[in-house]
Amino acid sequence: MNLHEYQAKELLTKYGLKIQSGIIANTSEEAGDAFERLGGKFAVIKAQVHAGGRGKAGGVKVVKSREEAIEVAKNLIGTQLVTYQTDTHGQPVNSVYVCEDVYPVTRELYLGAVIDRSSRRVTFMASTEGGVEIEKVAHETPEKIFKVVVDPLVGLQPCHAREVGFKLGLSNEQIGQFVKIMTGSYKAFVENDFALFEVNPLAIRENGDLVCVDAKINLDSNALYRHPNLLALRDKSQEDKRELKASEFELNYVALEGNIGCMVNGAGLAMATMDIIKLYGGQPANFLDVGGGATKERVIEAFKIILADTSVKAILINIFGGIVRCDMIAEAIIAAVNEVNVTVPVVVRLEGNNAELGAKILTDSGLKLIPANGLSDAAKKVVETLKK
Amino acid sequence: MSVLVNKNTKVLVQGFTGKNGTFHSEQALAYGTKVVGGVTPGKGGMTHLGLPVFNTMREAVDQTKADASVIYVPAPFVLDSIVEAVDAGVKLIVCITEGVPTLDMLKVKRYVENSGSLLIGPNCPGIITPDECKIGIMPGHIHLKGKIGIVSRSGTLTYEAVAQTTKLGLGQSTCIGIGGDPIPGMSHVDTLALFQNDPETQAIIMIGEIGGTAEEEAAEFVKSNVTKPVVGYIAGVTAPKGKRMGHAGAIISGGKGTAEEKFAAFEKAGITYTRSPAELGSTMYNLLKSKNML
Repeated sequence: MNLHEYQAKELLTKYGLKIQSGIIANTSEEAGDAFERLGGKFAVIKAQVHAGGRGKAGGVKVVKSREEAIEVAKNLIGTQLVTYQTDTHGQPVNSVYVCEDVYPVTRELYLGAVIDRSSRRVTFMASTEGGVEIEKVAHETPEKIFKVVVDPLVGLQPCHAREVGFKLGLSNEQIGQFVKIMTGSYKAFVENDFALFEVNPLAIRENGDLVCVDAKINLDSNALYRHPNLLALRDKSQEDKRELKASEFELNYVALEGNIGCMVNGAGLAMATMDIIKLYGGQPANFLDVGGGATKERVIEAFKIILADTSVKAILINIFGGIVRCDMIAEAIIAAVNEVNVTVPVVVRLEGNNAELGAKILTDSGLKLIPANGLSDAAKKVVETLKK
Repeated sequence: MSVLVNKNTKVLVQGFTGKNGTFHSEQALAYGTKVVGGVTPGKGGMTHLGLPVFNTMREAVDQTKADASVIYVPAPFVLDSIVEAVDAGVKLIVCITEGVPTLDMLKVKRYVENSGSLLIGPNCPGIITPDECKIGIMPGHIHLKGKIGIVSRSGTLTYEAVAQTTKLGLGQSTCIGIGGDPIPGMSHVDTLALFQNDPETQAIIMIGEIGGTAEEEAAEFVKSNVTKPVVGYIAGVTAPKGKRMGHAGAIISGGKGTAEEKFAAFEKAGITYTRSPAELGSTMYNLLKSKNML
């Protein structure tokens, strides 16, 4: 789950991080009021969407008057912001964050942390090259990134932060501020189950103070049960509608660009099914894992979600009935096809427990279901249906 | 022989009396696994499925001399259950539960390291040595005792490899589902080392998927340490970037962890691979045939 910038900053403030101050505004009038509360001279207005690259996409603007603040907010709120990180529809802007203008600044640094899968540790990264994408820095000038791999036994200690601070070329006074920011970030990371954390840029103001200008936090969805306060911050408007709908029925769904809908049990097999469709010259329309118990209700919902995508011209159902019996799955599929108006061809591959009986039930049903024998046969058949 | 589990392996079930624990213990018993009891705090002294229930793992291990435990408790209690199993001296811990917070797994990994215990999972189907011992949720009947070691991050893809090698008469020595989480217990590399040293395993099918670099590390390991034939497969060629594909660990982040990078690592390490999930068995069959190993 992603947090908005303003949510991330509010959370980090609680951990003692020095943050660029700001006020969230849901209407252009509120943005005008916020401008005045911030001093009424300069402010930066930032669109709140779950995507990076806002600045270049016109989602971040400097304003110099209440009128200008209202005007900019009016032009942003209610629109879709398209950045290089979004799809072509963009993300809806429901609010703007009216922030103090901290510029000009003398330096822009980078501070981030992730759970590194190879070292199995929380790993911090700091860089002298803030304000740009860290992936770009890592690729072009990896020597400008300083890493700290944190042992969970002792956590991130001030010594680690100091070492990074000196490498960043900070003054003694700034080191003190940096240690506070870095140790506070670690505490926030582990206490709130972050999956990813980024302050970019971490700016040095003209008076020498450090300030977090932008903040990005991604939370571990598996850990949200223990953070009801964070779960309450979830903004469903930023999520894909169909994926959201699927998640309500505990179905894992990801929309793709193709025209062959897929319904599979198991995440690995679901990916493999998409891949084999491609291998046989077709284009998968989605990833969909119906999970272990492919019951009638779940199969019905899965059909509805797949068919909501109007580009779907055929469906491949691929179920490996391990402990669940394939004849039961066949009956669930028939019931679902009868309930949901399925007009596109449906190829069904059932493997495992009672697979033959399952195939027979499908054939005898009189429905337009095409049984397949094996994964290759299924992929071949579903691709062929589109050629007719 | 075989890897990690065999007909003598005594298994305890953590979360024994719950719905999943009960169902899968029944299946394991029917398969012939030596399930010797289980733990459900507060239900110690009861009998469940004709087996003793204990309050603590330490008590359970003391009385049953179990070698392995399987965890079916809900995700919020997994950290606790694994620590309890490690403290009780269980040699092999298999965690089936899905949805464990990643930071819990960081602690678990730190705790299991050098403890003398091995952890498989979480978010995995478990481990099976056909006809001997089934620990987990895989369907027993698709397996055939044989010579192929199988390791995979995905449950259903493991079954796919099992069914295919069974059909071709190759069979399996041991199958290990290491799970789909970003921080798993045992890795591909750990299991490859075990398969390499197991006389019953003549060849290995290694199934990976997008996300992380475990397959790249495994490819390196195969190149320098594995003399047995290996067939590789990676799921997720068509997966979009930045989207989690069901498994918590199956995500291409920052452009890293693509299927193509992993296939390239296989190529570089000289590992035979297939791009079709329907040809895991036949690719292995042909490889063994070419080496006169059938």
